[in-house]
Amino acid sequence: MNILYDERVDGVLPDVDRAALIQAMRERMPNLDVLHEPEELRPYECDGLSAYRTTPMLVVLPRHLDEVQGVLRLCHERHVPVIARGAGTGLSGGALPLEKGVLLVMARFNNILHIDPAARTARVQPGVRNLAISQATAPFGLYYAPDPSSQIACSIGGNVAENAGGVHCLKYGLTVHNLLKIDILTVDGEHLSLGSQALDSPGFDLLALFTGSEGMLGVITEVTVKLLPKPQTAKVLLAAFDSVEKAGRAVADIIAAGIIPGGLEMMDNLAIRAAEDFIHAGYPVEAEAILLCELDGVEADVHADCDRVRQVLQQAGATEVRLAKDEAERVRFWAGRKNAFPAVGRLSPDYYCMDGTIPRRALPGVLQAIAALSAEYDLRVANVFHAGDGNMHPLILFDANQPGELDRAEALGGRILELCVKVGGSITGEHGVGREKINQMCAQFNSDELTLFHAVKAAFDPSGLLNPGKNIPTLHRCAEFGAMHVHMGQLPFPELERF
Amino acid sequence: MPGEHDIDDSGALLEQVNQALQDATPLRIQGSNSKAFLGRITAGEVLDTRSHRGIVSYDPTELVITARCGTPLAELAQVLDEAQQMLPCEPPAFGDGATVGGMIASGLSGPRRPWSGSVRDFVLGTRVITGLGKHLRFGGEVMKNVAGYDLSRLMAGSFGSLGVITEVSLKVLPKPRQCLSISLEMDADRALLRLAEWGQQPLPISAACHDGLRLHLRLEGGEGSVTAAHDRLGGELLDASFWADLNEHRLSFFDENQPLWRLSVPNNTARLALPGRQLLDWGGAQRWLKSDAEGAFIRKVIDEVGGHVTCYSHGLSDCPFQPLSGPLMRYHRSLKQQLDPQQIFNPGRLYAEL
Repeated sequence: MNILYDERVDGVLPDVDRAALIQAMRERMPNLDVLHEPEELRPYECDGLSAYRTTPMLVVLPRHLDEVQGVLRLCHERHVPVIARGAGTGLSGGALPLEKGVLLVMARFNNILHIDPAARTARVQPGVRNLAISQATAPFGLYYAPDPSSQIACSIGGNVAENAGGVHCLKYGLTVHNLLKIDILTVDGEHLSLGSQALDSPGFDLLALFTGSEGMLGVITEVTVKLLPKPQTAKVLLAAFDSVEKAGRAVADIIAAGIIPGGLEMMDNLAIRAAEDFIHAGYPVEAEAILLCELDGVEADVHADCDRVRQVLQQAGATEVRLAKDEAERVRFWAGRKNAFPAVGRLSPDYYCMDGTIPRRALPGVLQAIAALSAEYDLRVANVFHAGDGNMHPLILFDANQPGELDRAEALGGRILELCVKVGGSITGEHGVGREKINQMCAQFNSDELTLFHAVKAAFDPSGLLNPGKNIPTLHRCAEFGAMHVHMGQLPFPELERF
Repeated sequence: MPGEHDIDDSGALLEQVNQALQDATPLRIQGSNSKAFLGRITAGEVLDTRSHRGIVSYDPTELVITARCGTPLAELAQVLDEAQQMLPCEPPAFGDGATVGGMIASGLSGPRRPWSGSVRDFVLGTRVITGLGKHLRFGGEVMKNVAGYDLSRLMAGSFGSLGVITEVSLKVLPKPRQCLSISLEMDADRALLRLAEWGQQPLPISAACHDGLRLHLRLEGGEGSVTAAHDRLGGELLDASFWADLNEHRLSFFDENQPLWRLSVPNNTARLALPGRQLLDWGGAQRWLKSDAEGAFIRKVIDEVGGHVTCYSHGLSDCPFQPLSGPLMRYHRSLKQQLDPQQIFNPGRLYAEL
């Protein structure tokens, strides 16, 4: 079932007088950059989920907050949908435009407003790149912990909207754990501060609610992040295994030994070989699975933990355990992992990256089932896994130029996500629902749960103008999706009428 | 794992909620009532969550525990303790019978909070009976989950005003290998300066309290880092029970018969000139004030430094939590209206308007 906005199942969008809207924008905000020519709009027709494209009605690129407010007010008055966009690196189509909507690009708000080393906080505009925060605070010995793999390009506003993760989440948390305060504008342009400079704030935890809300509840205009002192040292162990099961058990054994690694990543044989061919990281290409375990902190503790982890890995049946002998080797070990996606991309004209999470104990069963599905759909799957926090990134290899392969890849992806839900996991760990996983939301939540999500939306955006169609599917969509997609002879949403 | 008292009583809780919805009767949700002193006085028929209890699942290697709302906090702590794990946010109990549900609803965290995170930070999933009379599940038992809105973390600290929390899944962590507490002689001004300086260094501090005379620190981590930090900082050894006494308000500071106020302020706020006595916790970010000063005056002073104030003396203030700005209150009301349209869950507990 197509994921592009379909008014028939996703809700009718208001018709907009485009020319009148442009004119009103020019009158009210003469300095606002408004893009409306077809060739100007083209670069904005997709985000990081480039398989899906829609040309926006207009693109606005404000430089000042009063322009953002002006755009929101105007669009609210005229019932025009607004889709906020940061750096456009999101992988789930959260910033996919609408033909009947204005794309509000926040990328020009790229100033770091204030760094307070004593308070260990940084106040930044939403268009500041994730990595730029750590670079700017490095002279104080501080950094911003969440490090999504797109950190060189992705912006902090988008990170908040998606509750972005990274490879260090198990120890340092997600975006939501590293924020103090956000400033937002509501759908009608009203300013709210959520959270505070203190560690908590009175009332409901709206900061938590807005984090990961995918631009559905408000537009982020400022972010205050927590900073951490940089760990004194970091060491990486690489362990090879002759079976994925053994590698999975080793992960549990490390945790059972009372150790929380800074990063703990697993790759399967296809991913290992792809990364090795590309980066020459020195990975053992014969291994069925490798684990990369990073231990960081104070020198003496890291040294002791390295010994402990080495022992655990050997007892778990590792065929080889290597400690990166110096910083260069550590960086090389990580480079293989961090470039796993493009490396796999070299094996195949296209790949589709999944983002399901599972309880770790389910890993062997899920990997077996993925292998079976891979055979059934006749598409190769490489597995890259944030093993510490149960976040899988199966990469489905396909060729979009071969008729039917994209559809097969999507169908296989959908099956993998439903498998994650079945073992008690989630369809998305860090990439978000956006448009990409809108149908799989129907597998993870029942109609009552989706109804409550719609109620939350209605509390902040009763007219449904902010990012319509993202994150939460309509019950109508789920009913159609369910009708096409019968699980074990049982229809989801049996209580709903079929259209 | 099932204990002898474990029982899934969610059916009865749901039935009581549905009855209340039908009769338009407000409900006062309570466990052991250990946090009844916090917030406004609410009327309503009691919905006792204690019958729905027991640990539903716990696998130490997954770092996740799931428990029903009526499970005693002490039972949760004991089960974790046996596996050498802990809930790092150290929620205070304020009474023997404190329950898991009350811990989430009140969202209170202990001395480790600035370094480990708050109760909300450890919530992974919840089951909630809503104001639409449905028993729903949000989040889950996995560390990362961004599907849908984060209703689980929203429940933390909502004082039961958005629904009945029936079950919660929490992230837990291994206990630190080494733990050592010390006291250093220094005044509060100096202590705040040192804490700001140490905060920028990778020191294994996991609690910091100044009692007016001395700075108490807890060091936690591996043997190497704790020993090195102790060698560097010096000080006298302090019994670890100090932290539980601080957390549960059993220190003599809390005895005096004056109103108690909680001041939540930016962590680098200088010493605050307020009448009465102060105790600094959370490395300076949480301050306790014993004072006869007017609430409005205290709020004005704390507002100016970007913080907020909670009155911990029951019944003293009609608005014990810091009043919200107009627009913020409007959205609070809107959210309450959407999730609890008949206003049956703890009406007025958090604010008169909710």
